[in-house]
Amino acid sequence: MLESKVPAGDLADKWDNYKEQVKLVNPANRKKLDVIVVGTGLAGASCAASLGELGYNVKSFCFQDSSRRAHSVAAQGGVNAAKNYKNDGDSVFRMFSDTIKGGDFRSREANVYRLAECSANLIDQAVAQGVPFAREYGGYLSNRSFGGVQVSRTFYARGQTGQQLLLGAYQALMRQVGAGKVKTYTRHEMLDLVVIDGKARGIITRDLVTGDIERHAANAVVLASGGYGKVYYLSTLAMGCNTSAIWRAHKKGAYMSGVSWIQFHPTCLPQSGEHQSKLTLMSESLRNDGRIWVPKKAHDERKPNDIPEEERDYYLERRYPTFGNLAPRDISSRAAKERIDAGCGVGVMKNAVFLDFSKAIKEQGKEKIKEKYSNLFKMYDKINAVNAYEEPMLISPAAHFTMGGLWVDYELMTTISGLFALGEANFADHGANRLGANSLLQASVDGYFIAPYSIPNYLAGELKAEKITTDHPAFIEAEHAVKAQLQHFLDINGHLSPDHFHKTLGKLLYDGCGLSRSRESLLKVIAAIKELSVQFYSDLKITGDHTVNSELEKAGRVADYLELGLLMCEDALSREESCGAHFREEYQTPDGEALRNDQDYCYVSAWEWKGANTEHELHKEQLVFENVSLTVRSYK
Amino acid sequence: MKIYLKIWRQNSPAMAGEMKDYQLDNVSADMSFLEMMDLLNESLIQKSERVVEFDHDCREGICGQCGMMINGRAHGPLSHTTTCQLHMRSFKDGDTICIEPFRAAAFPIIRDLKVDRRSFDKIIQAGGFISASTGETSEANALLVSHATAEAAFDAAACIGCGACVATCKNSSADLFTSAKITQLALLPQGQMERTERVIAMVDQMDAEGFGHCTNTEACEVECPQEISVLHIARMNYEYNRALIIAK
Repeated sequence: MLESKVPAGDLADKWDNYKEQVKLVNPANRKKLDVIVVGTGLAGASCAASLGELGYNVKSFCFQDSSRRAHSVAAQGGVNAAKNYKNDGDSVFRMFSDTIKGGDFRSREANVYRLAECSANLIDQAVAQGVPFAREYGGYLSNRSFGGVQVSRTFYARGQTGQQLLLGAYQALMRQVGAGKVKTYTRHEMLDLVVIDGKARGIITRDLVTGDIERHAANAVVLASGGYGKVYYLSTLAMGCNTSAIWRAHKKGAYMSGVSWIQFHPTCLPQSGEHQSKLTLMSESLRNDGRIWVPKKAHDERKPNDIPEEERDYYLERRYPTFGNLAPRDISSRAAKERIDAGCGVGVMKNAVFLDFSKAIKEQGKEKIKEKYSNLFKMYDKINAVNAYEEPMLISPAAHFTMGGLWVDYELMTTISGLFALGEANFADHGANRLGANSLLQASVDGYFIAPYSIPNYLAGELKAEKITTDHPAFIEAEHAVKAQLQHFLDINGHLSPDHFHKTLGKLLYDGCGLSRSRESLLKVIAAIKELSVQFYSDLKITGDHTVNSELEKAGRVADYLELGLLMCEDALSREESCGAHFREEYQTPDGEALRNDQDYCYVSAWEWKGANTEHELHKEQLVFENVSLTVRSYK
Repeated sequence: MKIYLKIWRQNSPAMAGEMKDYQLDNVSADMSFLEMMDLLNESLIQKSERVVEFDHDCREGICGQCGMMINGRAHGPLSHTTTCQLHMRSFKDGDTICIEPFRAAAFPIIRDLKVDRRSFDKIIQAGGFISASTGETSEANALLVSHATAEAAFDAAACIGCGACVATCKNSSADLFTSAKITQLALLPQGQMERTERVIAMVDQMDAEGFGHCTNTEACEVECPQEISVLHIARMNYEYNRALIIAK
């Protein structure tokens, strides 16, 4: 049923074997083929630019006002690559096994190996585009370390690596726009996928300025619309990040995988009040030099600098002496929660821990720390009016990255023919937990290096297919449904704003399907979300009309989040083990570590939509490990 | 605290706009400026009025999508800070705050505080890139870039494309934005091949979009969230003159 299409051969040869056998499209024929790319983050922009360079006609969509804004721009710390420039024992295989282990053995070996294999080339590509990576004094590229590994393989551009990689991809995209190969549709939101005879044939969009509902046809559709961590409302994501593109594709037949695998980033700024809209991320790179601690004594009201060394609990160094402050994200976040729940949390809401640079400043000098992290210290000061060179930062875990997403095969094609999912929108490479600096990598590798092979391999078969036009009944029907839904939102005329529902849903999920979950908490959330959904459709209030209307945009996104939230809980409920970011309280070791069950759960879930108010059907892709052995993941 | 607001409301590019008065009674000092706007919009929904439209996305100062003129200053009273990074602790109880969109001929108003900045994309399309297609690359460390050059290129590349420089400039000049990209690519060895054509194409496009000229008031640098230096404008002028001579 679920055919992963992993090529034959040894692990190290699979990608080469695939590339050698892939079908090609004659350059003269490429201009006869149209591709839609939704999203202009690293995955979407790199894919659209690369396909444009090859000669296909590309339409590129984003909801922001420019293709340069997508949330890849906010990734701070870096991008991993197995270059072994540091001579510290790195290799493609080492990076592969680090990533497989980091994901708690819940990802597909062949995909992860390919990610590591293509990583070196990505650095070459970015340098060629003029991405100003940090350099050593000899002019060579510089590296730093990230969580979950013991080598230095992270390339960076101060604390703005995502911005610089994204601008490289954006500029490549703009070059293709100038060349007439790509047409951009900014301030456009995809609201439905059009499927004809089992194949993705186009999308329905809303022009967010005029309100016009438009039909766009193509030979293939690529969703690179990012992750859905904003389902929690409070998250590190941008306000507009949403699940709508992938969720609506899901309702047209694309399966969703690992839906409840959501990473909570350990180093974010804590919530300070009810009005809050966003939890700002502070790069994980800070953990290279910052030490995390809480007071040993619960409810300690003293200022951090007044607490003597022997009364501080450096709990990561205590529990995980080998990796210390660089323990992976899921483990660091859970350890913070454990201390906060024990009453040792600090800050106004007692929901934070300290990140302390005093030792690093003493050892390396303030100037050195400034050079590495000045923008982060500045940002901290702007938000909190606190000088972190003088006293520790307050940090807290926050919803961040979704390992889950649309199920894709080795070619990044979903269960709908001709529909591809790239970057964070798919589930592919990170298993149940993503390692730091692997997300920029995956988005780029998907867009620059994989899609330009796998999409033409599909398009080659499309040359002789009948040309689909937008007056096909499927387009008319999809457009009608989209219009009806928008009108319905405007007509409800209740009392509560979309934000009210979003915040309520987010709180439910944080408490019941967040950093930890149990059967009891999940059943409670499921019942509460069902109630909230009923209220949403009877008491929603939108002012304004169908033209420029940010509230109407939010309503559609929240409607999708409500349905997604239910599936997140179903997914978490069905997996009676703990793995990576999925921590079921019933399944843990006596010392509080995740307890995996490889006997029964060594699979990736793939959920099929069966209609509104009907249970999803669970399909399973069994994971086979031939090159690494399934071990207990330990960072002690 | 209590805050009085005067906000520019304009339905569409063709219709006239006006300043409208609002009042908020429960603003807390640790709210961000945009959270204060969220609070206002929530109150407008309760009163069945249309919300104030404004652009915003990442709310951490990096996407460049937010931007308002706040009491006459692009991004508000703090220097080098985006609107989303501004907090209400910068204001005091009883203050009146005037909020207008970023105004420029090349940034037409869409509605209220939302403006169309696609003219920036067109400047980049004209030449703000290195023509390196996917795959056309050599080993990254085969090309050495000195630490100082990489840092200087980064300083210019940090631009977030918010348009505060244009909004604050009395001439609505986009020189700071354009020159930052020209500097980044002119400093790096990868950018040398297209150095001459790039500056001419980008400057010409900037003029075609209707941006004004720079008269060295240097207001742009004061407001720039990334502290992009006006010295890049001097470099752009040098690069432009150099290109004109070479082109002859």
